[in-house]
Amino acid sequence: MSYKSIIQDGMWSNNAALVQILGLCPLLAVTNTVVNSLGLGLATMLTLVASNGAVSLIRQWVRPEIRIPVFVLIIASVVTIIELAMNAWFHELYLILGIFIPLIVTNCSILARAESFASKNSFLPSVADGFFMGLGFAFVLLAMGAMREAIGFGTLFSQANLMFGESAHALKITLFDNYRGYLLAILPPGAFLGLGFIIAAKNVIDNRQKQRVKQTVLEPAESIA
Amino acid sequence: MSPLIRNMLISSIALAIFAIVGTALVATTYDMTAERIKENHRATLLNGLHVLVPSDQHDNDLFSDVIEVMDKDLLGSNKAVRIYRARKEDKPVAAIINSIAPDGYSGRIELLVAIRADGTIQGVRIVKHKETPGLGDAIDHRHSNWADAFITRSLSNPDKKGWAVKRDGGIFDQFTGATISPRAVVKATYKTLLYFDKHHKEIFTKPSMAIEE
Repeated sequence: MSYKSIIQDGMWSNNAALVQILGLCPLLAVTNTVVNSLGLGLATMLTLVASNGAVSLIRQWVRPEIRIPVFVLIIASVVTIIELAMNAWFHELYLILGIFIPLIVTNCSILARAESFASKNSFLPSVADGFFMGLGFAFVLLAMGAMREAIGFGTLFSQANLMFGESAHALKITLFDNYRGYLLAILPPGAFLGLGFIIAAKNVIDNRQKQRVKQTVLEPAESIA
Repeated sequence: MSPLIRNMLISSIALAIFAIVGTALVATTYDMTAERIKENHRATLLNGLHVLVPSDQHDNDLFSDVIEVMDKDLLGSNKAVRIYRARKEDKPVAAIINSIAPDGYSGRIELLVAIRADGTIQGVRIVKHKETPGLGDAIDHRHSNWADAFITRSLSNPDKKGWAVKRDGGIFDQFTGATISPRAVVKATYKTLLYFDKHHKEIFTKPSMAIEE
């Protein structure tokens, strides 16, 4: 398993949110603003890296028949330890990301990566897989957050001060002045619609890519004919 | 011992070892962090109190000058509610009442209502809520300064009819698409004022109690 294919898998061809359609519960629940999406994305990445690393380290000692309960145990411990450590040493950050950490437990992509990757690979590739799977997930979260915030509120990066401090008030971009807001985008149906559009867009890009590959294969044949 | 039983034994022992190690790790982390987490919570709460009553307005320790009271009807909770007291040179300055609005759009809304000794409001902060992001959460001072509308208000300013959102004939703004959250907060703030009025004397004279965190 090369690092290139790990990156490609996580970011695009096996993206946790767009292809595996995992982690929908947190994905749909909190992506109504860019800042919320960023918070959940960071928390998920951290957990994926830690749980993948831990699972790959103990993979030789886990018999196949007990692997699922062991993985669940590891993920639960990792999430709890992250929550406690953040609460103690990064309290400011915890006050912002803290609400997202319990949501991570509802993200099945973490168990899926432990089972399908970390249990079969050594430490470094597993950590890389966790990182890029998390990054790919975070990008989809951000795209959803941007879409829903732009349509729902007519802004981007509002409340960035909650995450980056008071100076970040300036980050807020107002796209439309006197925008009345569009409730549908902010409420759960908007999340389903948004995810649908993003998946459709990915499929369109993939299909174009495929056709281009076909053409380049066909063209030399035609010139010979 | 048959191979089947032997296998089961090994698996269950392995699982038990993982459970013990996992629990031990979490327990150790808890132990290492418990003290700091407590301090952090204390500091955060104290910050929140100081936003309402700045430190130059009082000279006592807000955090330990506290009583717990119960009034399901006026304070919105059947559990004890804390009142932090601010004094300067032993004279009462303000009381910060940690009351509850039980009827938010998604459950309870926890408030800190700071009332000056003369019965006017010094400030209101929403400290815990689950209101809809982007709609009802504008009651929260981190999202909008709606709650500043309470400053200097009292039981007689406005009168009883005015203590409602505009849609109900009162003077306080509601939000587009969200009336329930501001309505709940206005109601709870008014009731907190009623409680303060009713128990004005003992709020400042009751001896403070040791609070277990």
